[in-house]
Amino acid sequence: MIEVQKLTKRYGETLAVDGLSFQVRPGRVTGFLGPNGAGKSTTMRAMIGLDRPSSGQVLIDGKRYEQIAQPLRKVGALLEAKALHGGRTAYGHLLGLARSNRIPPSRVGEVLETVGLSATAKKRAGGFSLGMAQRLGVAAALLGDPEVLLFDEPVNGLDPEGILWIRELMKKLAGEGRTVFVSSHLMSEMALTAEHLIVIGQGRLLADTTVEDFIARNSRSYIHIRTPEPERMRDVLAGDGIRTEKGPEGVLEALGTTLETVGKLASKHQVTVYEISPRTASLEEAFMQLTADAVDFRADLEVR
Amino acid sequence: MSDTGAAVAFEWTKIRTLRSTVWSLALFSAASVVVALLFGYVMRGTYADLDAAAQARFDPVASGFSGMKLGMIALVVFGVLTVSSEYSTGSIRSSLAAVPRRGVFYAAKLLTGTATALVVSAVVVTLSFFAAQTMLGSPASVSLSDDGVLRALIGGVLYMTLICAFSMGLASVLRSSALTMGILVPLFFMISTILNSIPGVQKVAQFLPDLAGSLILRSKEPHGDGVLTAWTGMAVLAAWAVLAVAAGYFAMRRRDA
Ligand SMILES: Nc1ncnc2c1ncn2[C@@H]1O[C@H](COP(=O)(O)OP(=O)(O)OP(=O)(O)O)[C@@H](O)[C@H]1O
Ligand SMILES: [Mg+2]
Repeated sequence: MIEVQKLTKRYGETLAVDGLSFQVRPGRVTGFLGPNGAGKSTTMRAMIGLDRPSSGQVLIDGKRYEQIAQPLRKVGALLEAKALHGGRTAYGHLLGLARSNRIPPSRVGEVLETVGLSATAKKRAGGFSLGMAQRLGVAAALLGDPEVLLFDEPVNGLDPEGILWIRELMKKLAGEGRTVFVSSHLMSEMALTAEHLIVIGQGRLLADTTVEDFIARNSRSYIHIRTPEPERMRDVLAGDGIRTEKGPEGVLEALGTTLETVGKLASKHQVTVYEISPRTASLEEAFMQLTADAVDFRADLEVR
Repeated sequence: MSDTGAAVAFEWTKIRTLRSTVWSLALFSAASVVVALLFGYVMRGTYADLDAAAQARFDPVASGFSGMKLGMIALVVFGVLTVSSEYSTGSIRSSLAAVPRRGVFYAAKLLTGTATALVVSAVVVTLSFFAAQTMLGSPASVSLSDDGVLRALIGGVLYMTLICAFSMGLASVLRSSALTMGILVPLFFMISTILNSIPGVQKVAQFLPDLAGSLILRSKEPHGDGVLTAWTGMAVLAAWAVLAVAAGYFAMRRRDA
């Protein structure tokens, strides 16, 4: 189990992580979600002691990472695909890591096999594509057969096949009872792999919930109505006790009703409509809604 | 808990799985010995033409080491690369994930780097000496049993090892190959020589790490107005190395990876 306790990290003026506390439990994939710059990578770097917290701490089974003897046998981390010397072969890179934690060198061949890099083991890693480097990073994380796995944006640079592979891998690892903590800025990705979610924005905790609960609470269904007479339409619907919201470009969004009801009411009151259709706000929209106030770098154009 | 042995095995694996580090050591060895051979060969012809005073001043041990002073640049590159390439490539993050205790990591790195430098230097110093003496031939050459010769050989090994440790310490503070080499190359190959040839400045310049340490690389007492001797000079170089290594340690402890 990972316990993040009142973690704060400052880089000069920037407050990257702000009093963050949460726990990550074994046996399931926990997604770590937040928009760009939310502090995900910083939190994960603090978990393995690469960055020193300004205050607070992270405990892994009750110990700080530095206190763990042979930490690669306990925690495997893929934080950055290119955290290696390009002049070294994939095999040489992993061999060094194995020696550092007294992991038998035979393990190197095994993990290279697992990630599908056996054929390129003797090639220098500098020439690897991002996807291959990512696979090598996964191999390094798996080297010590650790109980805890941390992945920072693992699908970055992977092709669809690779993405599928890493999803299955994470589920398998969690199924074996391991603690799997994986960051992403895509809610849809998390909906497919994670059971539990930690959502942060501007370094603060926004949600700590199951994925199921998050979807139930945040995905919003409505009837999309395009009409030249939005005021009349709204009054008609209100007369029937149906709540509406203004959508973009004069569109009305009717909540808690059905397509049939809206159609019948429009026809009964002779309101001209161009379009009526059922819509479900995507998880991505729900996620954006949640983090709307906590987005650092929002593009100027309306994303919808 | 602090498994320094495994951390040393890690550092050694990193050194031997990189072409750049292996090549820099090979270049250090080759340049030192080849120049020692050439120098000996050239001096053999010149020695007879020197007058008596010049012959008395000629130091065959120091001449044999002239190749090493050139090859030293490759050893400095070796020391700097083992440290700074971790930062320039980002491999420091996997390294520290594997050995998170910064003190253990740093000690293992310094230990492995200087031990490697020590072993390679011992071979290079011995080869350089015998190469130069063989080429010089009698009467110019000296033998191991002659006055001050063994001291110069031991001193040569210490000198190279401490220069490497100094370079690694500085690289740990600066974290950049370009910056570290940009300071060390002019320091060792220009500034020292220039300052040391200006009479007044020589008093101060002799305390520079390479000049102080190099006083031992000869079998005859140096001329000039130095106050340092072979061993006090070595102590000054050692002090520089300790200072750089300590500064590197504090940088390592304090800063984020
Ligand atoms: N080494 C650093 N020095 C200075 N500022 C930093 C450093 N690392 C991160 N930051 C800042 O801290 C904040 C959080 O960054 P972090 O990389 O943790 O975000 P993230 O959630 O991983 O984002 P992304 O989805 O883009 O990867 C950002 O404002 C970033 O600019
Ligand atoms: Mg990130």
